[in-house]
Amino acid sequence: MNKVWLIMQREFLNRVQKKSFLITTILVPLIFPAVIGVLVYIMKKEAESAKADTVQVVDESGKFVFENSKRYTFVPLSMPLEQAKKAYNETKDFALLYIPPFDLSKPEGMMIYTKENPSIEKVGNLESILEDRIRDLKLETYKIDQETLKSLKVSVSLKQINLSDTGEEKSSNSQILYFLGFGLGILIYMFVLIYGIQIMQGVIDEKTSKIVEVIVSSVKPFQLMLGKIIGIASVGLLQFTIWIILITALSTGVLGYFGLKMPQQQAMEEVAKSMDNQEIKVAMEQQSSKATELFNNFFQLPLGKIAFVFVFYFLGGYLLYGALFAAVGSAVESMQESQQFQFPITLPLLIGYFGLFMFILRDPHGSVSFWLSVIPFTSPVAMVGRIGSGVPDWQLGLSMALLIGGFLFTTWIAGRIYRVGILMTGTKVSWKVLIKWFLMKA
Amino acid sequence: MNALIAKDVTKIYSEHTALDHVSITIPEQTIFGLLGPNGAGKTTLIRIINQIINADSGEVLIFGEKLRPNHIEIIGYLPEERGLYKKMKVGDQLLYLAQLKGLSRHDAMARIKVWLEKFEIKDWWHKKVEDLSKGMAQKVQFISTVLHEPKLIILDEPFSGFDPVNAQLITEKILELKANGSTIIFSTHRMETVESLCDHIALVNKSKKILEGPKKQVKESYRSNTFLIEHRGNHFTLPAEKYEIKEQTKIEEDLFSTTIKAAEGIKGNQVIRDLIDITELYSFQEKLPTMADIFIGLVKADGDEALRKHLQEV
Repeated sequence: MNKVWLIMQREFLNRVQKKSFLITTILVPLIFPAVIGVLVYIMKKEAESAKADTVQVVDESGKFVFENSKRYTFVPLSMPLEQAKKAYNETKDFALLYIPPFDLSKPEGMMIYTKENPSIEKVGNLESILEDRIRDLKLETYKIDQETLKSLKVSVSLKQINLSDTGEEKSSNSQILYFLGFGLGILIYMFVLIYGIQIMQGVIDEKTSKIVEVIVSSVKPFQLMLGKIIGIASVGLLQFTIWIILITALSTGVLGYFGLKMPQQQAMEEVAKSMDNQEIKVAMEQQSSKATELFNNFFQLPLGKIAFVFVFYFLGGYLLYGALFAAVGSAVESMQESQQFQFPITLPLLIGYFGLFMFILRDPHGSVSFWLSVIPFTSPVAMVGRIGSGVPDWQLGLSMALLIGGFLFTTWIAGRIYRVGILMTGTKVSWKVLIKWFLMKA
Repeated sequence: MNALIAKDVTKIYSEHTALDHVSITIPEQTIFGLLGPNGAGKTTLIRIINQIINADSGEVLIFGEKLRPNHIEIIGYLPEERGLYKKMKVGDQLLYLAQLKGLSRHDAMARIKVWLEKFEIKDWWHKKVEDLSKGMAQKVQFISTVLHEPKLIILDEPFSGFDPVNAQLITEKILELKANGSTIIFSTHRMETVESLCDHIALVNKSKKILEGPKKQVKESYRSNTFLIEHRGNHFTLPAEKYEIKEQTKIEEDLFSTTIKAAEGIKGNQVIRDLIDITELYSFQEKLPTMADIFIGLVKADGDEALRKHLQEV
């Protein structure tokens, strides 16, 4: 054990002391807030500098009263369309809106003239302004006054409650669960792949630099493999911990600097300011109470359990695949040569990754989700995707036990291939050769 | 006591037999030459001694004890294919390798300093291996092999990659280690090394040991009663039933060198007696077989035997 510790220590220190480690560990978290910061900055600048588009209006129906908003300034023209078109062409205005006289039951013939192709969004905006007005006019013809109209507008949001077997009620939120599952699943997928390949690279380096024969004359090949896998895992854990801390701190800092709350909230506030509209205020209050609820719901989740499960599958998945990557590294002599084996061993991981989107996040309790989160090769990604939605204890237990069994199994297989592979050079390796090595006596 | 005894060691890989009932005995505090052509099974035997692989049958005793995992701490192994961690500093690397051999950090530090001084490379501690020349890296590797003061040192082609000056330096260190009580196994094709350094030899060919013993004794047993003389005047005849003239070359005007093979039982003095009357003798020596002669002769003979066998089977 002492020797495994020595090997682990070397692997760890050797990587952590490298400049590249320092750079990636610091740069990656900087990139996130930097990207967010730049985007927010651009958005804000744009919002500040954006001038309202001027829309000239020829309203022959006489039914419309346009209110200027932050986005549009309406200029009513009292001239025939042909003349207006000529006049419009000489201005730099965004559009010319033409409304012919029309029957309320059949609002047709409205046109918009622009110099450039307008975005779908802008056309849609204008359309909804027109639709709203026409609907109001229609309602008026049914003798419904403004007050009644206002009171007609309601907003409903379903509060989700999970009823447990014991009848205990827990509020839940599928949105939070979705993003949590999504985020954790991707993290595990990335971690396994990135550090698995590092293991493979490390083994190839040892093999091609020929140091390996000296090392295995001091320690068992299995100890070397184990030390390497654990050493690299600790590098990964350290790096991820630093990333999470830095990203959280920096993101909070950047958002705070720009004085931002949630983007939605900001948009609502702006609208409210410009319109000073009672109903929107109400909606906003609803929205912000919803945000608080999201927040509360998040902390109502069994976070301790989720964290534990995440770390467990994080390590379990890494160990399971790490051993396989080590075996591949021991068999080949270059990264290129490793390609043919890399795909088959990462395929189950990939299946877990796609399963996360196709089944687990959509239907965390379906039978495909169950199997994906129980089979050890896919369970690391799948189970953390499911865990927030509440997984029965027996399923979690089964999955964990299978994962432990799974990595013991892959480590055993990998160890047998590894001990032969690291000393073999100049062999053209195929699956058949790997099987032969696996079966070989020590 | 014997440093190492291998008894009937056999190792079979799926396609071929790497070692076929090989037994050798290596006395303590000797330099033992393990000789043989490429692919004869030397490396397999060395790997078995180092417990990198296990023998299928037979046993290995180290200082009278059956091979155990902790024996690796008394063995120092320099493989033929040298290698170090390229990105690691010399000092850290030696420290790591010594600790893997069971030395404490503190002891390792002290010994590394001593050895770096011995090789006059004290200022290399912070150099990365990738910045060293091949010869420099070889020195570091040699140090890593002997740092833990192993009682049994296994050197696979130790002189490859060394210039003559450094080869001399390494030779000195090897003799020093032997004088201090270590037993050294040389695996090599270089016959001049064997000739000058080895006390005992074993010759392995085609997975089998075909010769073993003290070097002197081996050479004795391959004496062929052949003599090399230098003489003036090349006209002499020797009784054909007693002598066979193998080879004659002219050294300079009227000075010749002749190889004579005498019949069994005829000693050197008798040869001189017979020659002195018929030619003017300048020098006389018995022509002892070199290790290279023995090596090549045996391997060739072995090959022929195999060929004969093969033909018989066909």
